[in-house]
Amino acid sequence: MADLTTTFLGITSPNPFWLASAPPTDKEVNVRRAFEAGWGGVVWKTLGEEGPPVVNVNGPRYGAIYGGDRRLLGLNNIELITDRPLEQNLEEITRVKKDYPDRAIIVSLMVPCEEAAWKAILPKVEATGADGIELNFGCPHGMAERGMGAAVGQVPEYIEMVTRWCKENYSKPVIVKLTPNITDIRLPAEAAMRGGADAVSLINTINSVISVDLDTMAPEPTIDGKGSHGGYCGPAVKPIALNMVAEIARSPVTAGLPISGIGGVTTWRDAAEFMALGCGNVQVCTAAMTYGFKVVEEMISGLSQWMDEKGHTSIDDFVGMAVPNVRDWQHLNLNYIAKAVIDEDACIQCGRCYAVCEDTSHQAIAMSEDRVFTVKDEECVACNLCVSVCPVEDCISMVAMTPGEVDPRTGDVVEKEYANWTTHPNNPGNTCASG
Amino acid sequence: MSNSQMTSGIVSGRVPQATLDENFSDLHPGLAAHEAAVAADRCYFCYDAPCQTACPTTIDIPLFIRQIATGTPEAAARTIFNQNILGGMCARVCPTETLCEEVCVREVAEGKPVEIGRLQRYATDRLMETGAHPFARAATTGKRVAVVGAGPAGLSCAHRLAMLGHDVVLFEREAKAGGLNEFGIAAYKSTGGFSGREVDWLLEIGGITVETGKSLGGDLSLDALGSEYDAVFLAIGMGGVNALRAAGEDKDNVVDAVSFIKELRQSDDLSALPIGREVVVIGGGMTAVDAAVQSKLLGAQNVTMVYRRGKGRMAASEFEIELATAKGVRIIYNAQPVAVHGNGAVAEIEFEYTVEDGNTLSGTGEMFRLPADQVFKAIGQRLMDAPESVAVAGGKITVSETGRTSVAGVWAGGDCASGGDDLTVTAVAEGRDAAMDIHAALTA
Repeated sequence: MADLTTTFLGITSPNPFWLASAPPTDKEVNVRRAFEAGWGGVVWKTLGEEGPPVVNVNGPRYGAIYGGDRRLLGLNNIELITDRPLEQNLEEITRVKKDYPDRAIIVSLMVPCEEAAWKAILPKVEATGADGIELNFGCPHGMAERGMGAAVGQVPEYIEMVTRWCKENYSKPVIVKLTPNITDIRLPAEAAMRGGADAVSLINTINSVISVDLDTMAPEPTIDGKGSHGGYCGPAVKPIALNMVAEIARSPVTAGLPISGIGGVTTWRDAAEFMALGCGNVQVCTAAMTYGFKVVEEMISGLSQWMDEKGHTSIDDFVGMAVPNVRDWQHLNLNYIAKAVIDEDACIQCGRCYAVCEDTSHQAIAMSEDRVFTVKDEECVACNLCVSVCPVEDCISMVAMTPGEVDPRTGDVVEKEYANWTTHPNNPGNTCASG
Repeated sequence: MSNSQMTSGIVSGRVPQATLDENFSDLHPGLAAHEAAVAADRCYFCYDAPCQTACPTTIDIPLFIRQIATGTPEAAARTIFNQNILGGMCARVCPTETLCEEVCVREVAEGKPVEIGRLQRYATDRLMETGAHPFARAATTGKRVAVVGAGPAGLSCAHRLAMLGHDVVLFEREAKAGGLNEFGIAAYKSTGGFSGREVDWLLEIGGITVETGKSLGGDLSLDALGSEYDAVFLAIGMGGVNALRAAGEDKDNVVDAVSFIKELRQSDDLSALPIGREVVVIGGGMTAVDAAVQSKLLGAQNVTMVYRRGKGRMAASEFEIELATAKGVRIIYNAQPVAVHGNGAVAEIEFEYTVEDGNTLSGTGEMFRLPADQVFKAIGQRLMDAPESVAVAGGKITVSETGRTSVAGVWAGGDCASGGDDLTVTAVAEGRDAAMDIHAALTA
């Protein structure tokens, strides 16, 4: 069994699976149950400043979208930060950390954008013995209207400023949690770095209206006939999160900045993908909120099995391995030519590949009277749509042509050499004189 | 209750009422909404879908399943009824395992087809329970059509003609419309008086007058109908039953399986319906299975189905055979009846084993006897009371693709006509297609 012990910012946990700052980590009872279930760490649900706590709505907080069989694909929420008194949370954090010294406890924080507010709360957090803090610059709803959460995360100067205050007033690692509700994730990451952040974590939830009730004509979740945008999370957001993680991991400015990956991690495989793109660990929320804490057992066993199969003995062996392969489009090899190939033995003759190729793509699949589907190489551009819609795994594959063969679509010989758009003759700005 | 499965002779009340209720409940209960959603989600929405091609009425199955999946079962039902107005009954009685579900790509791939039949039932039940009829009649054409026989073919034809604006008189030999839906097929396939409710619902289209107790060979003659109406559609089914051609066939308690099923279907108290302790059913088709299984469900101790050929030649589907054996029916293949023994009433029936050589069947000379309180004959039905003027070949009224007989102005469809299997769904298709051709002829 591979060793899943993870050291992130010097904080060691028995596995890379942390629970994200969210309802599962709001209370001592939840966190103790999580640790008993096997979670490596938690980011305690966001604390606010001292005084009367925030209040939540008293109607529904969550809305969902489903796949087949009501499998939850996406969740959104309009819950705010913890609505329990600061002192109570701090006491509970202290107790739990004392009882679980081998687990990571990070405290998420969100106070007004004033140095005094941060100076007031940081020593109290320090006193709990927690392993670090995470700055919640991401919540897109409610708190953002009050100048916190995503309202800070959308202004790089604020991120830098607050991060600096925290580094100056707190001795342990500072993680900056980023909002995806921006146009270029690299800018807030760079700002966090300038402010001295030890790591960034991303993504927080995405602005969303999950659905509209067509009877009441109100967005859901609906509170007394009205709704507000919420934060979207769950399996559906993973591709967005992976891209943002990769952008930070491969940017020359932020390369090497530790990342805690968040966004739709549901299985061990999701976690491995985030880590391959440079995340030192992952944070999970929706999977736990869908299935309960027990899911971590599958994440642990699955990651461990995969690491054994691949010969990885520690987490560090594969963190970031996929980063060099994430490139700008312009650097993709235009001389790589593939064709779809349909395995007739595996084909169940549903005809979906034919319908989509014929109706919406390149008319590159032929259908015979007896429902045999074959690829027309002279039309196929290897777009992969047929693979995407085929219900049978590995029935259709994309097979690369060998250099020297003639591409029946273009009549050109497949070149062995790598060549991309920057040197392509059709590119008016190409850097090559030939053409 | 004093009788049990072991009571000798032919008696009623062999099993308690609660067991009867359970035995004769829905063979395939309707899907709940979530079950339907899960079942619908399995459909791949195939291109030029094999299931649709396999359906004799060519229902757009992928479309109706997607309509269920997206929360509009009523729209799904309209898709079904557009092609098959008896879509509710077909959802219950179609041998889907040899039609749409047999060719479902998921059956081919995984041995587990999309549950098309049950989904069709879910959709049609949802629309029918609203009480609304989904179609409206076109403006009346003033044309009058006589439809003889109110079974699936006749009902289908009558509905389509009425919808197109023609006035239809639907003649039926029995006291009720419905044909085999009402009097044939096993009770557990059409529970809760569904056949009657479906007929009432179908007639809501308007423009159809039902006249029961009228039949060819009775009050009606084709000549009279031909002169009184603009067109005639014959859907008279197969009213006759083939004989065993075994000595002693006329002994008491040797009866047609269709008569037994009809009596059972019309009974409103199954605990009063007598059944033998020892029941033998002769035949290998759906009627044989329906009679055998229902005998067992009524409490017969031993029910044996005897078929003269091998299993591969049996008309009953694999599913039906499994159903029979699961209910405790013993099936003997390759044996033919040679004599019925008994003093007045049957007591034993004697069979001879057979061997098949291609299509040739011959006895081996080896005999065996089965005890029998009752023998049900299910060795096929035949055309009865067909008008002499229409051409008949191979025991069926000869018709064209669109149901035209040899007599101008006379169409035929369903079991009585050539072409297609003797299935409810095929009869519906033939009735519908004949109606379209009659409409074309009347409006040309």
